[in-house]
Amino acid sequence: MTEDQVKQIVIDIINDIAPDEDTTDLKSEVNLRDQMDLDSMDFLDIVMELRKQHSIEVPEEDYPQLASLDSCAAYLTPKFNA
Amino acid sequence: MPSQALDNQHFEVVIIGAGMAGLAAGIRLALGGKNVIILERHNASGGLNSFYSQAGRKFDVGLHAMTNYVPKGTKGTPLIKLLRQLRIPYDALDLCPQNGSKVSFPGCELGFSNDFAFFESEVARAFPKQIDGFHALAEEVRTLDAFNLGSMPTSAREAVKRHISDPLLEDMIFCPVMYYGSAEEHDMDYGQFAIMFRSLFFEGFARPLDGVRVIIRLLQDKYRSLGGVRKMRCGIQKIHTNGDRASAIELDSGATITADKIISTAGAVETARMCDDQSANAASDNIGQLSFTETITVFDKQPTDFGWDETIIFFNTAERFRYARVEDELVDPTSGVICFPNNYQYGNDRQLDEGFLRVTAMANHDKWCALNEDDYLAQKAYWYEELQKVTLGLLPKPKGGLNLDEHRLATDMFTPRTVRKYTGHLNGAIYGAPNKIKDGRTHLENLYLAGTDQGFLGIVGAMLSGISMANLHVLQGD
Repeated sequence: MTEDQVKQIVIDIINDIAPDEDTTDLKSEVNLRDQMDLDSMDFLDIVMELRKQHSIEVPEEDYPQLASLDSCAAYLTPKFNA
Repeated sequence: MPSQALDNQHFEVVIIGAGMAGLAAGIRLALGGKNVIILERHNASGGLNSFYSQAGRKFDVGLHAMTNYVPKGTKGTPLIKLLRQLRIPYDALDLCPQNGSKVSFPGCELGFSNDFAFFESEVARAFPKQIDGFHALAEEVRTLDAFNLGSMPTSAREAVKRHISDPLLEDMIFCPVMYYGSAEEHDMDYGQFAIMFRSLFFEGFARPLDGVRVIIRLLQDKYRSLGGVRKMRCGIQKIHTNGDRASAIELDSGATITADKIISTAGAVETARMCDDQSANAASDNIGQLSFTETITVFDKQPTDFGWDETIIFFNTAERFRYARVEDELVDPTSGVICFPNNYQYGNDRQLDEGFLRVTAMANHDKWCALNEDDYLAQKAYWYEELQKVTLGLLPKPKGGLNLDEHRLATDMFTPRTVRKYTGHLNGAIYGAPNKIKDGRTHLENLYLAGTDQGFLGIVGAMLSGISMANLHVLQGD
């Protein structure tokens, strides 16, 4: 799986948990929280959906790795390809 | 499933209570893929916020107004956060904003609406010398961290007096804030005051046309669609303990189930007393003292036909507002809340078919529960009349000479006895224990509290409590 595909998976999850947020022009390198109204409870949901939909585990100490789409891709792509 | 079928079953999480907090926690855990069951002693969901039918008419218990109302898409507010966490669309709640409400004290009235600027203009009109202090108070309440007050006073009375020097205005601010959520007598925690002030005045009041059952059904349906299991008429006999852990739950039916974790919405003291390592009178210093009675009157006219246009009226007729346990009588009729559920902006020519008037006042739980059945009914009839007298004394005379008695279709009344039956709260204490357990922890490492006694207030607060406790103690770091 490519980093772009992983980014799309994260965007799909955000669309799912926060349907009223606009994800069309997200900048990959900018923190998601600076671009959308997401809080720590929403990041918990992203982690929950990664586990449910893709069996990917993200331990709590690694939540900061999900800050931007770029960091999500860097952190999650190896897990998807493992 | 019959309770017997539950015998020896294991769940990852057992939730005690199918009120707003329990249902919201259940939805979160089901979303997280947990094997979860909600156990409810009563035969209806909703707990304090429930509904019932009588002679084909549906009555709400609890909900006058849902606080925390914000228009769709208002970012960062409790209501929007909670809908996202439960994955319920905003429009499904059918929230219709209030017409306008007021605080009515002897010789002084303050109107307020879902637009805070209106409340500010009312304070400036009635208390011109206090308006700068009021602005300062509002600014402080807007920005303070309700869970970490730092160097600010913890007493809300003390904190408000720093800004407001007129005791009448102080009481008029405290009256609605206390009536809509304080479990403490006379005073409240400043953090809780701030949460309530924001939810009433910065945000506002709304109601679904069909009342509280709209919210309960949404929660139930969501929980069910996620595969959550719920068992009604299923009381807890005992929580068995082993060292620092809850080891098993014994049901009233005699069946025993086990769980990795338990979230109880039954109340702090009530939950402690279920545990077999606690005495039957454990934590007696943290039992709520405040219970309420409410009269409901049904008319064949709309309240506005009588000239009654407000949504909610918080009233006090005494020299100082007293929010405390009723000592000598069954009811303290000197203060209370008048609610007209018709007076919301339902839109599209929608309106309740009949007119409703609800009047809430503080009442003494022990005295109501000590009455035998005949006296109970007689006292209900007596206090219904007393509260109507107070109410009619406060409302403008019916328009066009309308005679109320000719338009009354039905009446009902609930008392602290009813509250206790629906909520299981000791003393029929609507808002639970005075000391809240903000982290939801108990003396057992796998037993947690959510709901009223965890310290979030109101319907939105109860749901947020269930959500945050499920997140914090089960889903996070999972």
